[in-house]
Amino acid sequence: MSGIDIAENQPESFAFTPENEAKAEAIISKYPEGRQASAVMPLLDLAQRQHDNWIPLAAIDVISEKLKMPKMRVLEVATFYTMFNLKPVGKYFLQACTTTPCWLRGSDQVMKCIKDKLGLENHQTSEDGMFTLLEVECLGACANAPILQVNDDFYEDADYESTAKLLDALKKGEVPAPGSLSGRNVSEPEAGAQTLLSYKDNGAARTYDPKISAGETGEK
Amino acid sequence: MLRDEDRIFTNLYGWHDWGLEGARKRGDWSTTKQILSRSPEDIVEDVKASGLRGRGGAGFPTGVKWSFMPKEVKDKPHYLVVNADESEPGTCKDREIIRNDPHKLIEGCLIGGYAMRAKAAFIYIRGEFYNEAMRLQAAIDQAYEAGLIGKNACGTGYDFDVILHRGAGAYICGEETALLESLEGKKGQPRLKPPFPAGVGLYGCPTTVNNVESVAVVPEILRRGASWFADLGTPKNSGTKLFCISGHVENPCNVEEEMGIPLKELLEKHCGGVIGGWDNLLAVIPGGSSVPMMPKSVCDDVIMDFDTLRGVGSGLGTAAVIVMNKQTDIVRAIARLSYFYKHESCGQCTPCREGTGWMYRVMDRLVRGEAEVEEIDALYEVTKQVEGHTICALGDAAAWPIQGLLRHFRPEVERRIAARKAGQPIMEAAE
Repeated sequence: MSGIDIAENQPESFAFTPENEAKAEAIISKYPEGRQASAVMPLLDLAQRQHDNWIPLAAIDVISEKLKMPKMRVLEVATFYTMFNLKPVGKYFLQACTTTPCWLRGSDQVMKCIKDKLGLENHQTSEDGMFTLLEVECLGACANAPILQVNDDFYEDADYESTAKLLDALKKGEVPAPGSLSGRNVSEPEAGAQTLLSYKDNGAARTYDPKISAGETGEK
Repeated sequence: MLRDEDRIFTNLYGWHDWGLEGARKRGDWSTTKQILSRSPEDIVEDVKASGLRGRGGAGFPTGVKWSFMPKEVKDKPHYLVVNADESEPGTCKDREIIRNDPHKLIEGCLIGGYAMRAKAAFIYIRGEFYNEAMRLQAAIDQAYEAGLIGKNACGTGYDFDVILHRGAGAYICGEETALLESLEGKKGQPRLKPPFPAGVGLYGCPTTVNNVESVAVVPEILRRGASWFADLGTPKNSGTKLFCISGHVENPCNVEEEMGIPLKELLEKHCGGVIGGWDNLLAVIPGGSSVPMMPKSVCDDVIMDFDTLRGVGSGLGTAAVIVMNKQTDIVRAIARLSYFYKHESCGQCTPCREGTGWMYRVMDRLVRGEAEVEEIDALYEVTKQVEGHTICALGDAAAWPIQGLLRHFRPEVERRIAARKAGQPIMEAAE
């Protein structure tokens, strides 16, 4: 899937911070006894968050020991899933969705803007280490297409101008609030919702007949 | 149009408090104890009677699926696994449930879990939904703190855990057995079936995998009675459904509507219509990228339910409606989907691993007309060789969009080849 792209320069060692060590134990305890391998993805994610958004091979070793899994099994997982970075990425990791629903709404313009402003092509990192661009597959927010993900956040309804503004802010070290760049509320129609309006002012309050819930009567 | 009273997701747009207090005001968790006073069989029968069909794409009756679980717990615990891996291009409904109405999902887990005598629910959420996962975890924490789940859930004496697990970027993990592999800490590669998860699922235990929406609608169905849900929609396609509309409409959005709503009404009433007007419509993919497209002639009067869409050679899938108007480069639109499937093939089965790459490379040339006319037939033949010859449905999903293109737009593909041979531009001055 994601292919193997592992950094050549690797740190000699890796250790979870005491805080993350505690988090790791809490994660492992969520899964049934003897099923600690289930924690491999969360622990890889934890290591990545601790280590500037990429996972060094030394962390694979640490996790394999912790979970009593063969190293190869951990590496296999780390290389299968696209969200695990096995080499350094920029401070702002730009993941631009270009799958058909985003493309229909102008993801080409988002890509063009990133190229114009940062000079980046797919898979490239800027020389100052601030930005990495990765073209990604459907991010699952298609009613708000196109989407540009920056680290953990989705920026939605993007076009050339709003992408340019976002990149300018990031360059200055400012991280704008995530969500729609056009200012609309979640995936509500831009022109205003046609539904649920009668609930708008009452918190959508509802009550139910406990008898129906108890199956004592089949009807509403 | 569906009445607001009949809508299930009353906080779809996040206008109200997503938390426990707001959810309780909306009626969530209000009669859970009464629901859990019923026998598991009774609840399964009611879900069957409601006619609810799985909202994750396949449309299999949810109650029937639940009834496949063993009737008593023997040496192995039972599990409910919720598929929140939402990755089918066009689909973005579960995200709204998770961030705006998370308690509906958690309560659905408890009730569905009880009906299948499960010990716990694992919710597998796609890794990119980081903020959504944080929201859902906060809601789960609220539910634990209030004693709604965990030991003695809702004071019923039933113990039930809800565990959130984040994925890490792999479309294939939306396939239920790949999801189970991934949850067990392995590569997400689908398992051969049988055995089915109801017999041998997560950790080798009886397991049912349900989509977020399927689970989240169950509490409302049981509170209002199966007949309420069954009376909505069309025969055998009952209830309401979240539709995700993307692409060339004035106002792309998510909206809850009645099953069987005419496509045209859906687009015109909620989305401000097709950009450039209805007559500017070229084609619609009605159920996420894996289902074949429908040309405008079909869209004119088709209604949106499982059986009708299957009848016109497409499918309701996840009800992710991707709209394309006449300014669309239709060959490129489908070629981009071919790239998606090539990227997401897990590599386990040869027809899919090799076929998706082969199909994409041909599609990529067809966009520019760099092919011979005979290659169109060869491409169609290869889609037929991939379809049905793989462990999971990803192979089919890669084949169907291309088949849909060739079925409805073959002249356009041929025109490009002819134009290229004649040295003419492939596309008019359109973008």
